[in-house]
Formats: sequence, structure tokens, C-alpha cells
Amino acid sequence: MALLQISEPGQSTNPHEHRLAAGIDLGTTNSLIASVKSGLAETLPDEKGENSLPSVVRYTASEIVVGTDAKSAAAEDPLNTISSVKRYMGRGLSDIKELGGRRPYEFVDADSAVPRIHTVAGDVSPVEVSAEILKSLKLRAEASLGDNLTGVVITVPAYFDDAQRQATKDAGKLAGLNVLRLLNEPTAAAVAYGLDKEAEGIIAVYDLGGGTFDISILRLNKGVFEVMATAGDTALGGDDFDYVIAKWIMNEANIQDDASHHQMRRLMRDACSAKETLSNFDSAEINIELDDGSKWNGSLTLENFNQLIAPLIQKTLLPCRRALRDAGVDASEVQSVVMVGGSTRVPDVRNKVADFFEQQPLTDINPDTVVAMGAAIQADILVGNKADSDLLLLDIIPLSLGLETMGGLVEKVIPRNTTIPVARAQDFTTFKDGQTAMSIHVLQGERELVSDCRSLGRFALHEIPPMVAGAARIRVTFQVDADGLLSVSAREETSGVESSIEVKPSYGLTDNEIENMLRDSIEHAEGDVGARMLREQQVEAERVLEALEAALADDGDLLDADERSEVDLAAEKLSALSKSTELRAIKDAIAEVDKVAATFVARRMDGNIKKALAGHNVNEF
Amino acid sequence: MAQTQTHFELFELPVSFDIDLKGLSQRYRELQRVVHPDKFVNASDHERRLSVENAATINEAYQILKAPQRRARYMLELQSVSFDDETDMALDPAFLMEQIELREALAELSQNEDPLMSLNQLMSDIKKRISVVLAEIADLLALGQLDDEQKTSVKQRIHKMQFLNKLQEEAEYQEENLLDVI
Repeated sequence: MALLQISEPGQSTNPHEHRLAAGIDLGTTNSLIASVKSGLAETLPDEKGENSLPSVVRYTASEIVVGTDAKSAAAEDPLNTISSVKRYMGRGLSDIKELGGRRPYEFVDADSAVPRIHTVAGDVSPVEVSAEILKSLKLRAEASLGDNLTGVVITVPAYFDDAQRQATKDAGKLAGLNVLRLLNEPTAAAVAYGLDKEAEGIIAVYDLGGGTFDISILRLNKGVFEVMATAGDTALGGDDFDYVIAKWIMNEANIQDDASHHQMRRLMRDACSAKETLSNFDSAEINIELDDGSKWNGSLTLENFNQLIAPLIQKTLLPCRRALRDAGVDASEVQSVVMVGGSTRVPDVRNKVADFFEQQPLTDINPDTVVAMGAAIQADILVGNKADSDLLLLDIIPLSLGLETMGGLVEKVIPRNTTIPVARAQDFTTFKDGQTAMSIHVLQGERELVSDCRSLGRFALHEIPPMVAGAARIRVTFQVDADGLLSVSAREETSGVESSIEVKPSYGLTDNEIENMLRDSIEHAEGDVGARMLREQQVEAERVLEALEAALADDGDLLDADERSEVDLAAEKLSALSKSTELRAIKDAIAEVDKVAATFVARRMDGNIKKALAGHNVNEF
Repeated sequence: MAQTQTHFELFELPVSFDIDLKGLSQRYRELQRVVHPDKFVNASDHERRLSVENAATINEAYQILKAPQRRARYMLELQSVSFDDETDMALDPAFLMEQIELREALAELSQNEDPLMSLNQLMSDIKKRISVVLAEIADLLALGQLDDEQKTSVKQRIHKMQFLNKLQEEAEYQEENLLDVI
């Protein structure tokens, strides 16, 4: 039996309290959840001992089924069983892949930016489907760890654009998770790999998953993981290997484009298992049941398969080239190439990557679990379990961000591969005399034409005082946070008129929509929104007080007596209220503590910045 | 952080175009260790905001000092040269002529027998031109406080670099297109 722990008199146990945190790899084909237990990251299995959860959600009239059971029902109930939903996140219908000229599901609101899928349980958005997968993982983790999760890190493909990231974060919120951070999948893999092997220097992470491809070049230096460049394709993965095999079978077996949905689903399933066979054998036998009840037998050789997928592998090598160039390094400078994602099991993928980087890629780590493990390590640190950790991740944005200017051209404000967080401002002016409004169109992408980039959102700055053309000075500021999410604000400098947006209207959900969905789901589940909100504020109050106490203990001398008593007074007031049921009063007291501690917080950070450099003598640098 | 602090002061490095890049990146990492938002996930809203702002400032300062062209421009700005109005730059006709020729060569690549090889030659040509202009900038900035004529001289060269960078980007895009076809 473990010995009971008793803390030193007067010392709070809170700072050492272990908080439960988890890393989630929300994959196209499979999803995983991992957590750090006794210092080691491990994936959490379900009650049957399975670590990976098929990212498949089945809607029936009475219930929502997630995972293996849903996956096995896919062929019999294709229209209500949603798989590979990650491909639809933050996407419009025009981006959705079709097999045999048809979409795999019945989409409604086809023209809207957020298409919904029609099921027997009603119409669902990709964000809601993803939230079901996340909820299932959350339940699994809480059952396994024995308590509620304080926070999670969810991974996303590095090449996900702003809309796709926002959709993922929304899904997390909808699942009732506290999303501490969105982490890029290759970066997560690098963390798990780098810490395990104590690697230093430049590494490349080649991540080919079910539906997405990323290549990231990182520099590892004493616990700092600096992403130098990233490139990829968010619509390229193992699914596409299945598609080319399925098309090949359709051609060989003379299956027409108008075959039933059931037939198509069976085709995809058999194509996928043929692909898996070919990772270990030279040929795969395929037996297909046709709509008319007859059978077709055939054999796909490895050679033939390699030919089919050659163009797809080639499509991954171009981004590799671009990433190396953007990072300013040569293939020979890369110390190791880490292979991530189930699709890197395909032998010819390994061969082509070896040729490109002129070295054997590392395949000794488990490509399926490494991302979730890296995310778990990051989550454990972010939640505050490892205060003295050296680990620091410096990530970047994958695609340039810009604004539409005259003539349908894009003016880049933040170029791709810029380290985040980042804030950058650019000045614009009016085009016509007396112009009183300006429309601001935010875009993401590399090309010069608006039509070739992804539109992230539009907003308008009104009430610009009438001036002659070119006299107004409108400063547009782009800010990208540590999750890679963008917010934009505009300000007319001479008058001070301001306007801003969180960039999410085109493809994401508004905060109101999320709140309503959450409210609905909570009403179904617990029936008490108010109690939950109160509990959240109480926890927030505790967190604020704890952080302040720790900060004052370290650097209390930065405040004079008057300042200190003002801070103490606000803290006491919050402390007294923190257990009460007065939601509004707790909120106000938190805001008050924030306000009176502002100077202290700023001084403290400046002090730390000075110390960071002063702590080292010149020779060390 | 003090708004008046220069990027060189932030990293405690001397104002010089010939910068210690290794020292710069080491200092950058030390600074991010104390301000990065990952260190403030559990802090107050205000502290988190401050952390994002400071981390962004340090990132921006680092990017500016690290990239030669941006570093040069920044050093001129420290000497009160304004880059607000780009239209006042008169570049010598010979340079502009060259640019037109290079752009034409790029546009006509696909008609060549071996477009990829021609493109490679063109790209290394652009690279050479960039390094020549960069060396000239370095020599001028090594003089310390510049007179007006020298300032204009550097400014013109920075402007040239913009042309060359744009051209290089276009060439890289062409290269991807060519490789994609193969």
C-alpha cells in the first residue's frame, strides 16, 4: 500500500497536485488518446484493450455509435455511418472527394460554407461528428484515469489552414473539453521521438496519415523544438491509395459508376485490406461481391500497386523539396527522417523517401501512436505538472496570410513558415475621395490571385471620416496565437475608429452556435447548464488565486507596500467569493484581481526577460 | 518590454550588420523560454495576453535580425530612413533592363529544350546577383553612421533585393510546376 502523504505545515498541497491531462490524435482513420503516467506517456486503451478508436460515427434513430461497432456497420448502413470526417473539417463541398462521380453521403445545405450530412438522426456538421469521436475518447480517458480531465492537447495536421484548425478547436469545445493547445502532428511526433532518443540537430518528420500529408523540418536544441519549415497536402493520404485500388478494381471487374452505396463501401473496404496485405506480401487476392450477387476474383501485384500509387508518392516529394528549401537546409544536413502515420508502412513510400533524403528513414517507432504520445507530453507540461521542464515548442504557420487589395490581388501580411505567436500590422488607405467604409477580405495561401487562395473571412471598417483618396491611414493588424489561429483588427489611425474579427465566419461556427450546441448537449446529458457554468467559474477563481500566490511568493518584492496591499485586498475578496454561488460576483472579482495585478505581472515578465540573458555570461553564448 | 528598446538591445547585441547569428539564436531561445505562451497556460488572462505580445515581439525582432535584407532595412530605419513611400526610388535603368530580361527568360522557359536545366541556371544566376547586392549592403553598413548619399545607396540596394527576391519566388514556383508535370 502506498504511504499517505502529509505536506509541510503552512504549505499548500495545490502546486504539487497532479492534474489529469491528455493528448489526442484526432485522425482521419483512427483516433487515440494518451496520458503521462508516472513520467511516461502511454496510450489509453478501451475496456477491450484496444488503443486505437476507428474515427467512424454511426447515427441511428436511437443512439450514436462510435468506433469499431460503427466501422463494422459501414457497409450495411453507408449513409448514416460517417468515416474520414476529418477531410470535411473546415471545408466546403467543392473540396470533397468523390468516388465514381458521387459523394459518399447525402449532403444538405450544399451551397453553404458549412455543409451538413443528412442522417436518420438529423443533419450533422463535420464539427459535430468529430465532437462525437472526442467525447468517446474523453469518456475512455476519464474511466481509465479515474477523474475528470483538466485539459487536453489536440493534434492537427501541420498543413491545416485557419478554417480547419478553428473547426477542430470547435469540435473540442463541443465535446466539453478544455483545449489547452492545438499541436501540429509532426511536431508532436518530433517531441515523442526527440525526447525518447535524446536527439539533437536537424530532423525531418514525414507524416502520411489516412487523409493528410505533412512534412516538417525541425531543429532540436537542448529541449527546444524549433520548426524551421513545414509543407504538405491536407487532402492526400492512405485513403487515396484505397481510392486508386478501388478504381482499379472497378475497371477490372467492370463495375459501373452507378453501383449501389453498399457496393462502393465494400469496394473501399476491400481496397484497404488489399493495400495492407501488400505491405507484407508481393500480391493480394481480392474477392468482390457484386450488386447482382455474383463474385469477382482478382489479384493485385505489388508491382502493379506501386505503379498505381507512384503519382501519389510523387505528390509528397514536392512538399519535401519545398520544406527543405524554406528551411534553408540541404537533404544531407538532415540527421534523421522520422516516419509517422500508418501509410508509411507502404514499402514503396519508405523507398522513395529514402531516395529523396539519401538515407534510410527511421521506422522503429510506432507510427500510429507517436503523435498521441507527443501530445500527451505537451499536455502534461501545459497543465502544470512539470514546472521545471526544459521542453519548448516553437511552431510556425504553414500558409501565408494576407489581404485582398485592388484588382483581386493578395497582399501577404504574414508569410508562411513564420514562427508563432506573431503580430504584424500593415497600413492601407482609401481608394476614393470621401470613402467612409473599407471592406477587409482575409485570405490564406501562396498565390497572387484572390481566386487561388482560401477565403478566411470578410469584415468591414465603417465610419471612416470622409477624406481625399489616399489620406486615411488604416492599420490592419494580424495576430496569430500559439494555436495557429488568426484574429484580425483594423483601425483608422487619424480618427481611432476600430473594428475586429476572430477569423471564423466562412467555414467555422460562431461562438453563439457553439454555445447553443453545447447547451443542447448538456441539457440532454445533465440538465443543468447553470451549475456547470458556476463550477467552471469556481475552478477558474481557484486557478487565478493559486497562480497569483505562486507569483507573489517568487517575486513579491517587485511591489511596494501600497501596491501589495491593493493586490492582497482583491485576492482576499475573490477568495471569500470563490466558494459562493454568485456567478456574476466571482467573475467580477476575477476581473478585479487581473486589473490590480497588471503592473506586477508586467514587471515580473520584464524581470524574467532580463534575467534570461543576464543569467549567462558572454562565453556561454 | 520597453517600446523604445531596439531589437539589438533586446538581444543585448551590438548594432552591426555583421551579426553573430549563433549567439542571436541562442539568446532567442533563452528569451522564448521565459515568455512563451506555453509557460502561461494557467496564468491570468492579462498575463497570458502579455505573454503572447512579448513572444510575438521577440519572434519579430529575431526574424528581422536574422534575415540580412530585413536587418539592413531595420538598421537604416534606426538611422531615421523612412520606407513609407516606395515610389520615390529611382533605380538605374540598367538594373531594370536586366530585370525585364530575367523575367522574360523565366516566362519563356517552357519553350526551352530542357526547361528544368535552364531554370536551374537562371536560379543560380539570381542567387549570385542577390549575394553581390548583399555584399555591397554589408560594406556600406559597416561604415556605421551613414551620410545621406550612403543611406540612399543602401536603400536602393534593398529595393533591388526586393525585385530579386520576388523573381526568385516566381522561379521557385515555376520549378514546382515543372516538377509536378514530370
